[in-house]
Amino acid sequence: MTTARRAGTSSSERPSSRLPKPVRQALAFILIIVIIVILWEGLKWFAGDPWRPDNNPFGISHKPMWKLKIASDLNLPHVWTIIEAFGKPSRRNGPPLFEILLAASFFTFREAFMGFLIGGVLGFVLGTIFAHIRFAERGCMPYVVASQTVPILAIAPMVIIWLKAGWVSVAVISAYLTFFPVTINTLRGLKSPPRSAVDLMHSYAASKWAIMWKLRFPSALPYIFVALKISATASVVGAIIGELPSGIRDGLGGAILNFNQYYISGPQRLWATIIASAFVGIFFFVLIALLEKIVLSGRYPETELM
Amino acid sequence: MTNTPTVSLKNVTKIFNPGQPNEVTALKNINLDIWPHEFVSLVGPSGCGKSTLLRLIADLTQPTEGTVQVNGKSAYRARIEQDYGIVFQSPTLYEWRTVAKNVELPLELMKYGRAERRERARKMLQLVELEGFENHHPWQLSGGMQQRVSIARALAFDPALLLMDEPFGALDEMTRERMNLELQNIWDRTGATIVFVTHSIPEAVFLSNRVVMLSPRPGCIAEIVDIDLPMPRAWEVREDPHYFELVNHLRDTLREIEGGMRE
Amino acid sequence: MSRTVWREYMPAIVVAVAALVLWEAAVRGFQIERFLLPAPSAIVTNFIENFERLVHIGWFTTKEALGGFFIGCSLGILAAFITARWVAVNEAILPFAIAANSVPILAFAPIVNNWFGVDNPLSKMIIVAVIVFFPVMINTIRGLTLVDKNALELMHSYAASEVEILWKLRTPNALPYIFNAFKIAAALSMIGAVVSEYFGGNRSALGVFITQEAALFRFENAWSAIIIACIVGITFYLIIVAVERAVIPWYFEQRKAERH
Repeated sequence: MTTARRAGTSSSERPSSRLPKPVRQALAFILIIVIIVILWEGLKWFAGDPWRPDNNPFGISHKPMWKLKIASDLNLPHVWTIIEAFGKPSRRNGPPLFEILLAASFFTFREAFMGFLIGGVLGFVLGTIFAHIRFAERGCMPYVVASQTVPILAIAPMVIIWLKAGWVSVAVISAYLTFFPVTINTLRGLKSPPRSAVDLMHSYAASKWAIMWKLRFPSALPYIFVALKISATASVVGAIIGELPSGIRDGLGGAILNFNQYYISGPQRLWATIIASAFVGIFFFVLIALLEKIVLSGRYPETELM
Repeated sequence: MTNTPTVSLKNVTKIFNPGQPNEVTALKNINLDIWPHEFVSLVGPSGCGKSTLLRLIADLTQPTEGTVQVNGKSAYRARIEQDYGIVFQSPTLYEWRTVAKNVELPLELMKYGRAERRERARKMLQLVELEGFENHHPWQLSGGMQQRVSIARALAFDPALLLMDEPFGALDEMTRERMNLELQNIWDRTGATIVFVTHSIPEAVFLSNRVVMLSPRPGCIAEIVDIDLPMPRAWEVREDPHYFELVNHLRDTLREIEGGMRE
Repeated sequence: MSRTVWREYMPAIVVAVAALVLWEAAVRGFQIERFLLPAPSAIVTNFIENFERLVHIGWFTTKEALGGFFIGCSLGILAAFITARWVAVNEAILPFAIAANSVPILAFAPIVNNWFGVDNPLSKMIIVAVIVFFPVMINTIRGLTLVDKNALELMHSYAASEVEILWKLRTPNALPYIFNAFKIAAALSMIGAVVSEYFGGNRSALGVFITQEAALFRFENAWSAIIIACIVGITFYLIIVAVERAVIPWYFEQRKAERH
């Protein structure tokens, strides 16, 4: 992938800027967030609720010229109000919000991680079976694809009845979202070695088992990691969705429901919860991306001439 | 008129990643003139910079030092004014275009009218003996046929200079030999100047007026050999004792270079 | 029916029949409670009885999904084309888009409901659009930038301008990627619409209906609604596949040729 991307730019020869790529990307990332914040507050400046000295850290008084419903303090709280919310208790005499959200994030991450493991193993097993048994692939693949058009939330209540409310049922719901990409990419990856590579193994009279572990599996790894990165994200979404109908209140899904109920009195708490969810999703993705880097290190050339 | 060389390289040096730990001097102090209607082959061990030299002429990469001129102007101007056609080792056909449309691509970019594009594409495909394949898609053709399409594409706008980067490197021996004959034919009929990169010494000797042997690290010209076999060359030239002499001589030079590399 | 077609579909049919028979037998044999798992026959009967109503609520949610699909895909492609012009911008945007794609967008549903009103289909369309936006944008950027190096050099050898390269090379190169994104988006948009209805919505919406029926333990109704959602999702997907075949035939023919 790296090679292909580099090939696409054609700028490899130009002495592209002095900073190393990760630093440039991190800076760009920060820049984009700054732009979003500026746009956000800009919208509130021109079309939000009046700025009072006590609702912004600059002590500004300002009356916006237009009024948009989307930009009101209820619908789009000030950035600093949201940041502030992390430090304030969400109910009287309770712990500060960030402690609650941190605990909720851990809780949801654990569910997501279990779902990811279950889904990943299931996906790999299914993909392997499909790659080796033609009938299974032809017979089951259409339903594996169709399974992804089932709105997961719809079967969640049933799963919860089957397995009792608890993090196990949430993990299963999360696994339902994660197994699919792994199945597809395992199958594609195991089938990816060219004819000649398989023939070479046959020329050594290698067993099916040996072909699988010496050729097919290593060839499939890059494909599988692509899927795992998708699954990492999906498992967090799955865990949050799974919490909604299960009555579990300790995770981010529960927090979303809870703060949604009290939206009028504190919209910034729901926004803070969304930011926490975003962090969990990104954290899991980055975790798998790092793992990919370690496992697949040395597969692609670091630098290329020309 | 013939006082201007088609390609003129003066003191050309090319350094990749200058100032960095992975700095490589690909070419050093190259001086070479190529004259109109010449067929010049660049040969040498892999990594000697022969492809880089061709890319310098094509202005797809720029020299670190020295000047590259094509038809008496800078390589950059020559590229902008489309003084050359180029053929890569891979045919590089666009899979979403038919064979004829692929040949028309440079003509479209040069704003030729529709009718003229069609006419030229037809003629060029005739030249490379692919009439009847206009509406095929690239994947329906064999490797040799695909490469013929890419030659037709390079010739579509009658460039005076044809640059070829190991065009037959990926073809099987028999197709390659047939393509050699065809290329000589095309060269004869179009009167173009051809700069040809190859790693096959027999191929270079068979096709060229001059063979330029490069030695690697840093790439520089080891020897230039005039091929004084009569033109046009028929197949039988390959059995001519003088042909063998030339091939063997170049092979010896190559062996010397490679021997020097090992020390 | 020719033999090859039969061989292509036979396994899928065999598996479906076997699964349904086993399911029915299990429910009857072990006398599984109706609210745990209804028998296929019960679901089918329910489906037929409520067909008109199901079509009605299905269509309501389908409209939301379609609206979100079009908004999200258009914006995703637009954003990719704007940024594809500058490699540097692209390099910066891609990691951001990937990060944004791992944000559970669904968490925004209650907020968007507050913006445009719970009953307003636009609320759901916006959520679907945001869910769909990132995969479409990421795929389009990949398609525009992952261009064969030689093909790009060829364009440079013609001294082609960036605009010409964009139209003659990058865009056709991106089409298969874009269609892949559409396929992902098609499946996502229906799911997204149903799931975003969980946080409240019109009474005649699929997600609201499923949630309510499940809460009342009327699982036959819920399953019938799930079937409708599946049918719409699969149909949507197949339509994209058909359009893809019409628009980029070269891509399929090449694939087919490589397989033989």
